[in-house]
Parts: sequence; structure tokens; C-alpha cells
Amino acid sequence: MPDNVIKLIQITIMLALLIPIAAMLVWVERRLIGIWQDRLGPNRVGPFGVLQSFADLLKILGKEDWVPPFADKLVFVLAPVIGAVCVLMSFAVLPFSPDILIADLNIGLLFFLAMASLAVYSVVLAGWASNSKYALLGGMRAAAQTVSYEVFMGLSLMGVVLLAGSFNLTEIVLAQQHGWFIQSQFVGFVVFFIAGIAESHRLPFDLPEAETELTAGFHTEYSGLKFALFFLGEYLGVTLISCMSVVLFFGGWLMPEPLDNWLPPFMWFVLKVSFFVVFFILLRTALPRPRFDQLLGFGWKVMLPLALLNLLVTALLSLLEVL
Amino acid sequence: MNANPLVILFYLAALIAIVASIKVVTRNNTVHALLYLVISLVAVAVCFYLMGAPFAAGLEVIVYAGAILVLFVFAIMLFGLRQDETRLAPKNTGFSVWLGPCVLALCLLAELVYVLQHDGIQAQLSATVVDSKQVGILLYGPYLLAVEIASFLLLAGLIAGFHFAKPREQGGDL
Repeated sequence: MPDNVIKLIQITIMLALLIPIAAMLVWVERRLIGIWQDRLGPNRVGPFGVLQSFADLLKILGKEDWVPPFADKLVFVLAPVIGAVCVLMSFAVLPFSPDILIADLNIGLLFFLAMASLAVYSVVLAGWASNSKYALLGGMRAAAQTVSYEVFMGLSLMGVVLLAGSFNLTEIVLAQQHGWFIQSQFVGFVVFFIAGIAESHRLPFDLPEAETELTAGFHTEYSGLKFALFFLGEYLGVTLISCMSVVLFFGGWLMPEPLDNWLPPFMWFVLKVSFFVVFFILLRTALPRPRFDQLLGFGWKVMLPLALLNLLVTALLSLLEVL
Repeated sequence: MNANPLVILFYLAALIAIVASIKVVTRNNTVHALLYLVISLVAVAVCFYLMGAPFAAGLEVIVYAGAILVLFVFAIMLFGLRQDETRLAPKNTGFSVWLGPCVLALCLLAELVYVLQHDGIQAQLSATVVDSKQVGILLYGPYLLAVEIASFLLLAGLIAGFHFAKPREQGGDL
């Protein structure tokens, strides 16, 4: 079956690209934060320090693969794997360009939400299996935070589904040919992006691993390769949320008339995604971390009503055929 | 049996669901049991998908595996259940305890065998795919009453939760 072979090759290429990209993001992030905080950042390994991630990888591979004697062995090993696998699975339904797409699933958006909700187990189980107080507190924070923010992450996307009339991500992109959804769904985008930061537990919403109060939160007991898997999952999560923002609100690979011939569609997609990744990093440098009750209060009292209102207004306007 | 890959996938997922469900009730460790329950739910979602109900499959994973069971795990972490908790179970585990569930399960099994013999899983698997639009039209058409009753139930739960979580000086239980 040549079709299946082509798919397998595509999956291999995608894995071979995504994992180094996530590793390079660590270096990009450290350099950018360095620039914004008026210092240098890692600049010693290779030109401009580009080989920093490679050096980090060698260091991590050289570490002892250790499981604490008081931990629940099976769950402890399984937790980082669940996180990385769930995030990687979501990339399968992403349309990178008209031709580069692994699975054209008719419930693509639901699949992404399902994988995002399964990825919680990674952090929660890591916190539980570590059998340590810091890790447990981190895991509990992660469970409460992700379950809360998941609710309106899904709700904020329903405006897009309503306008596109489909859960299929390719169809959602093609529905934006006459104008990106950001024009009419700005509130939806803001809610989605904030929920996305919380889902990938990045600063300012990194309370599950708040190092000033919880040592390192859920991954306190992790080291070596398993720790690297958590890191991989986190940076892949940043890339994934950026990709989803582009696909759902910024027209995917599409560009307006004069610009669309300058670069191939895939390059436009990559450029847009890079913009959001850099924005993620800028947020980390710019914003302080809230208290946990502030985080949950903000979610339920501000974001949820906003998402509901956005859905209501979108539905009303599309019923009146304004949109 | 013909070698339709869908049928093989369906039986594989069903087998995983059954084995995982058995493991749920035989584990002594609560979190391990819950993990098996997650696997069982995901396997059931695969069955739904193969039977032409992708929307139901997606919601099964999002709602059950992704939200409700996370709350279960959260509660277990909150209570700090870790060791074998079977000593807390009632001591009387004679035949009479098993009788009721066994009879009910046998009835279900007989029903399942009857349905499988008459309709056949092949016919189900090749049936038309029910997309999300049809689900929506059905939910807010013929089944509107059920949706409204469910939303009443959820509202009642919400109000009860609000009442329980209020501080004592405001008339609550905390």
C-alpha cells in the first residue's frame, strides 16, 4: 500500500523536525529573554550559542536514569511519556499547508481538545507518583488549573466552529479565504490564547512548577531523560498552541492577495507560528506570576463569562446574517 | 469472519476495554485502578469512532477521560489515599454480595449476544457516519426535553456546590 508508506514517511519527517525544534526553542527562549532583560544569555557553545541545546542534551543523556525509592515506579516512568505523546498526537491533525497534513480528521478540533485534556494526566500523575509534598502540591494545582481552563478553551473555539460550520481544521482554514477569523473572533482568540498558556503551564500560569514556592513543583523528583521529556512536552505545547492559534484565527497558510505569491504557503505558516512562539516568550519575561486563587478566580469570573458572551454574540450575529 | 481491518480494530479496542475494566475492579491501588478506567474509556471512544459516531468518541475522551476522571484523581490526591484500602471494605464478602451483580451482568450478556447475532457488528461498522451537525439537530430537536432536564440537574448541582462552599458565617458549611 503506497499510501500508507507515504503517511509513515510523513510522520517520521514530522517527528524528526518537531523534536529538534522543541530543543532549539530552549536556546531561542534563553537568548531572547537575555536580550529583553539586557544581558547576553547562552552565547558560548558554537556561533551565538546555537549548540547550547545540543550540549544540554549530551549532559542530560549522561545523567543517571534514576527513580526515587519512595516513588510509584510504573506511574513515575509513565507520566512524562503521556505528556510528550499527547502533545505530539495533536500535531497529526494540524494542516501545515494544503499538501502537508497527516490525518484529515473530520473531528480534528475535538481531537486536539481531547489530547489537550489527556495531557493533564502527565503532570497530575507525576505529582502523585513522586510521593513528595512539593510534587503533590504541584500536581494538584495542575489538575485544578487545567480542568478549569479547559472549559472555556473549548467554549472560546465554538465561535470559530460556528462560523466555519465544521470541526475539520482544513475546512476551518479554507473558510478564512475572505478574511481571517481574528476580525470577528478577537475575544475568542484572547480567551483561547490565555487558556492555551494555562494548558501548557507556562509563565505567568506556571503555578504547578512555581519554583519560588514549590521547589520545582510536579517535576521536583525528576532528572535526566524523564525530566527532558517534560521539557520536550512543554516546548512542543508552546509550538502546538501557536500552531492552533494560526490555524483557527489567523488563516493558517493563507495570506491576502499580493502577499500570497511571495512565499510558499508552508513558509507563511512557519512565519506566523514563529511570531506567536516569540510572543509566548515575551509574555514570560513581561508578566509576574499570580497567586493561585487569583488564577482560578480570573478563570471562572472573567474568562468563562467572556467566552460565553462571545459565543452568544457570534451565534446571534450569524443568525442575523451580519457575519 | 472476513478480514475487514475495521472489524479487527473494533474487536481489539473492545478487548482492551474489557480487560482494562476488569483491572479497574481488581486493583487495590486506587490510582492504578483509575488509570485502567481511563484506558477503558479511551478504548470505548475508539469503538464509538469505528461505529461511525466520531462526535460521541471525541466527547467521550474530552468529558469522561479528560475532565471527570481528572477530578477523581484530584480527589484521591486530596485525601492522600495511597496504601491498600481494602481493610476499609465491609467484611461480609460472601456469595450473597456477588449474586445481584452476577444476575444483572448475565442479563446484559444475553442481551448483547442476542443483538450481535441478529444485527451483526459488520453491519454496524459499515453503517453511515453520524456527523456533529446531525447530533446537534437531534439534541435540540426530538431530544430537547432530555437536554433541558440534564441542564436542570447540572444547575441544581451548581447551586448545591455554591451553598456547600460558602463560609460558615454566610450560612454555608465550610
